[in-house]
Amino acid sequence: MVNQYETVFITNPVLSEAQVKETVEKFKQIITDNDGEVIHEENWGLRKLAYPIQKKSTGFYNLLQFKIEGESLSKIEIQFKRDERIMRFLVTRMDKYAIQYSEKKRSMKQAKKEEK
Amino acid sequence: MADNSDIRYLTPVSVDIKKKKYCRFKKNKIKYIDYKDPEFLKKFLNEQGKILPRRITGTSLKFQRKISVAIKRARQIALLPYVADMLK
Repeated sequence: MVNQYETVFITNPVLSEAQVKETVEKFKQIITDNDGEVIHEENWGLRKLAYPIQKKSTGFYNLLQFKIEGESLSKIEIQFKRDERIMRFLVTRMDKYAIQYSEKKRSMKQAKKEEK
Repeated sequence: MADNSDIRYLTPVSVDIKKKKYCRFKKNKIKYIDYKDPEFLKKFLNEQGKILPRRITGTSLKFQRKISVAIKRARQIALLPYVADMLK
C-alpha cells in the first residue's frame, strides 16, 4: 500500500551549506531508488534548537514529503540512522487531513509568490 | 434575626462570569494540528513547557489527544523544549 510520509531531519551545524544540500540529495536519491516519489522539499535553514542535541544548540532543518510503499520505508529509516551528519530525524505518516493541509499551504505560498 | 443588609462580607463576593469554554478546533473547523509550527502549540503549554489540561483550555478529548501527540513530536525535533522556565 503506497502511503505518503513526511520526514523532518536536523543536520549538524558544523557542515557547510553544500554538504547539507548533498545529504538532502542523497536521501532523495535513496527514496527514488526504493521506487518512491518525492513530492515536496523544504529547507528551513539554520535554526536554534530548543535544547542542545549532541552538545550543539543550532542545526539545519530540512523537510521531505514523499510517497512510498510501506514495506520499503524501513530501509530509508536505516539510512537515516546510519548517516552521522544527521543529528535527529522524525518520519510521520500523513493522513488525508495532513495532505490537504500541506497542499493548501503550498498553494497559498505559490499565490503569494505570484503576487510579488 | 439581623436582616440581610447588615451582613457585610469580609471579601467582596466574586461572582466570576462563567465564560462558556469552547473547543477552538470544532469552532473554526481545524482538522489537522501541525506539529511543525511551535508558535501555535505554545498556546497549549504553560511556562514550564508542560501541556495544559483540558479543563483550562476547554478543548474536546479528540483534539486534546491530537495536540499532545503534536507537542510530543515537536519536542522530539527540538522545536519545543521538554522543560523550560519562562517559556512565553
